[in-house]
Amino acid sequence: MMDKMLVSPSPHIHAAVSTRTLMRDVIIALVPAIVVSVLFYGWSELLVLAVSVASCVLLEWAVTKWLLHKPSTISDLSAVVTGLLLAMNLPCTTPWWVVFIGAVIAICVAKLTFGGIGQNIFNPAITGRVFLLISFPTYMTDWTVPQGFITKVDAFSGATLLGIVNEQGAGAVAGLDYLQTLFLNIGGSAGEISALALLAGFVYLVVRKVIKPWITLSIFATVAIISGIFCAVDPATFTGPLFNLLTGGLILGACFMATDYVTSPMNNVAGIIYGFGIGFIVMMIRYFGSYPEGVSFAILIMNMAVPLLNRAFHQHKYGRA
Amino acid sequence: MRKLTFSKGGVHPNDSKYSRECGIEVLPLPQVVYVSMAQHLGAPAKPIVNVGDFVKAGQVIAEPGGFISAFVHSPVSGTVKSIGPRKDLAGNNMTHVEIAVEGDIWADGIDLSDTLVTEIPQDRETILKKIQECGVVGLGGATFPAHVKLNPAPGKVAECLIINGAECEPYLTSDYRIMIERSKEIAVGAAIMQKVLNGCPCVIGIEENKPEAVNAMSAAISDLKLQNIEVKVLKKRYPQGGEKQLIDAVMHRQVRSGGLPIDVGAVVQNAATALAVYEAVQKNKPLVTNTLTVTGDCLPENRQHNYLFRIGIPLSYIIEYAGGVPEGAAKIISGGPMMGKAVANIDAATVKGSSSILYLSKQSTLRKEESNCIRCGRCADACPMGLEPFLLNRLIKAGDMEGLEDRSVQDCIECGCCLYSCPANIPLLDRIRPAKAAVLGIIKSRNIKK
Repeated sequence: MMDKMLVSPSPHIHAAVSTRTLMRDVIIALVPAIVVSVLFYGWSELLVLAVSVASCVLLEWAVTKWLLHKPSTISDLSAVVTGLLLAMNLPCTTPWWVVFIGAVIAICVAKLTFGGIGQNIFNPAITGRVFLLISFPTYMTDWTVPQGFITKVDAFSGATLLGIVNEQGAGAVAGLDYLQTLFLNIGGSAGEISALALLAGFVYLVVRKVIKPWITLSIFATVAIISGIFCAVDPATFTGPLFNLLTGGLILGACFMATDYVTSPMNNVAGIIYGFGIGFIVMMIRYFGSYPEGVSFAILIMNMAVPLLNRAFHQHKYGRA
Repeated sequence: MRKLTFSKGGVHPNDSKYSRECGIEVLPLPQVVYVSMAQHLGAPAKPIVNVGDFVKAGQVIAEPGGFISAFVHSPVSGTVKSIGPRKDLAGNNMTHVEIAVEGDIWADGIDLSDTLVTEIPQDRETILKKIQECGVVGLGGATFPAHVKLNPAPGKVAECLIINGAECEPYLTSDYRIMIERSKEIAVGAAIMQKVLNGCPCVIGIEENKPEAVNAMSAAISDLKLQNIEVKVLKKRYPQGGEKQLIDAVMHRQVRSGGLPIDVGAVVQNAATALAVYEAVQKNKPLVTNTLTVTGDCLPENRQHNYLFRIGIPLSYIIEYAGGVPEGAAKIISGGPMMGKAVANIDAATVKGSSSILYLSKQSTLRKEESNCIRCGRCADACPMGLEPFLLNRLIKAGDMEGLEDRSVQDCIECGCCLYSCPANIPLLDRIRPAKAAVLGIIKSRNIKK
C-alpha cells in the first residue's frame, strides 16, 4: 500500500493558479477591446490579429524546439498575449509580412534570446512594435480606416489625434468631444479605439488580482499632473489632461504593457516610481519630441530601470520596523 | 466585533473542514503501543523503565534529557517489551519504548472522571511543577515544553497570554471539536496559565469560520465567571495561527528577528495545550491522550472522524480502524496540508503533537512541473514574514550565503505560502528550508566565536 503513496515536503496543496491561468485572464481582459476593434476595422483587423498571434506562437514553438532544444512553452499562453498586444499596437492596414517581422523581433529577439518567459528585459510586444515603427514608418503611420462590420465610413486616410497635434498644435483639437473619445476613437491602432473597453479589461485584471493597480494609476496620475500644469500655463501650445489620458496608446500601454510582470518592478513603491518615469517620458515626447506618440519608447526606457528599482526597493519585513 | 488579523502576507486556501460535525470518539486500545522518546522540541527523553517492567497508564517511563525536554508517560498499562530504535513517520530511527497492552489500569492519583474542577491552585511554582511533571508540551505543532514557555526568563514580563484556537490549517478540526466539547476545561486551563503568568490578560483567538467554537468558548468564560479572559474573532487567513502572526493580530506587536514572543510580552499556547494543562493541574493526568482528525478530500463524508487517541498508537492501527486508506488517496499526511509531514512510514507511532491523518488525492497534492519565474511577486505578497522568496531562490542558486542572511532567510517560518501561491510551481520552500538551516548554523557558530 505504502509504495504507491507520495512523500514530499510541505506544503501539500497548491493554489489554483498557474502562469497559464494568469495569461488566460490577460487574454480575457483584452477581449472587449479586440471585439470593438474587429467590429470597427473589419477583416483587415482580424487578419493582423490572426497573423500576429499565429506567428508568435509558431515562432516560440519552432525556436524552443529546434534552436534551444527545450520543452515547448507555448501552452503557458504568454506567446498568445504577446501576439495580441503586438497586433493591437499596429495599424490594421499593416501588411502580413510586416506583422510577421514584428513577431520575429518580439518572440525571437526580445523574449527567447534572453531565456524565454520571465527572463526578458524588454517587453516583447513593444520591442516588436518599436522595431517596426523605425523600420517601416510608412506602414506604421498609415491610419487608413477601412470598412468595418458595423461602420458605414468610406475608407479615409486620416492622421491620429496626436498626429494632428504634433503637426498643427493643441488648437487643432480644441473642439474634441471627450465623451465620444472615451467610447470610440476611430483612427489609430486597435488598442487605441476604445478607452472604455480597455479600462474594463484593466478592472477585470485588478479584481481578479492578476495585477496590482499602482503602476497604471501612477502613469495616469503623472500624465494628468504634467499635462495639467503645462496646459494651465499655455493652453494654446499644450494639450490638457483629458486629451492626453484618452488619446493614443496610453491606456493600452499603462494597463497592459507597463504592468507586464517580467519587465516591471516587483515592489509597489518601485512600481509607482516606474509609473512616474513612464508618464514623464510620455509627456516629454508628446510635447517636445519629433514623434507624436511616446508610450512605447517610455515603457522601453523604463524597462531598463527595472533591475535597479528591484535592487533598491524591498518589502518591509516582519519584526524589523 | 472587529476581526483581527496579521499585517503582512498570507493566503486563503479553501478550509475544507469536512470533519467539523464529527464528534470526538474514543479510539479503542490496540495490542501494542510504541512511545517515542522524541515527541517534543529539544533533547530526547531518557527511558527509566526496563524491558519486562509492568507499567500503568500515566506512569513516568522517561525523564527529560535536558533543560528543553519533557517527561514521557506510559499511555497504557502493560509490559515493556522492548526499548530501542524504531522508524518515525519520516523513516528516521528514534528510540521507542514498546509496551504490550494489558487491561487499562491507571497510575494512582489520576482523576479520570468528567467532573469539572474549577478551583485553581494558588501557588505558581506548584502549578509549573505539575505541568512539567505531566509532560505537557505545546500541541500547536512545535511541541515546545509548556513549562519552559510559561516561566519567562528573569526580567521578562508576560503582558498577554494568547490561546491559539485559530486552527488555520485547512482540513484539521481537532481544536475546533475540543473547543466545543471541552470548552470549560480549556477555559480553566487558560485561567491556570494566566495565574502562572501573574494574572496577565488572556485572549482566546479563534478564526471566523468557527462561530460555534467562538460561542462555546465565550459561554464557558461567562459561565465560569472568569476574569480578564476574552474571545477574539480572527479573520480566516493562513497562517493566522502562526505564533508571530497571532501576536501581530492580537497585540499589534511584532517579534524582532531572532527574538522570542516574550520579548514583546506575549506567551502563546494552543487550545489543546490549555486542555492538557487543565488535565495535568486539575486532574493530575499526564499528557498521554490527544485529539486527532481523520480526514481528506478523497475520504467519504461518513468516514471522517475526530478521535481521542492514546499517544503511541501506530498510525496504521488508526488507519485500519477508520476503514483503511480510501480509494484515490495519493498521499498520507500527519498534520495539516500546509505544514504537515508526508507519512513515509505508515507503522510510525503517534506522538503528543499528532493532530491528523490526512488523505489527499493526486489531483490536489501532486506537484506540477516547475517553469520559469515570471516575476509576478505573488510569493513576496504571500510571505507573512515580509521576505522575498523569489529573491532567496536566486540567491540560493548563486550560493550567496551572505546575501541570504542579508535578505533574512533565517526568519522564514516555513508556512509554505510562497510555494502554495507560485504560478510557476517553483519549489521555493523546498529550497529555502535547507538554506535557512545553513544560515542559522553560520549565525550560531559566529555567536559562539564571540
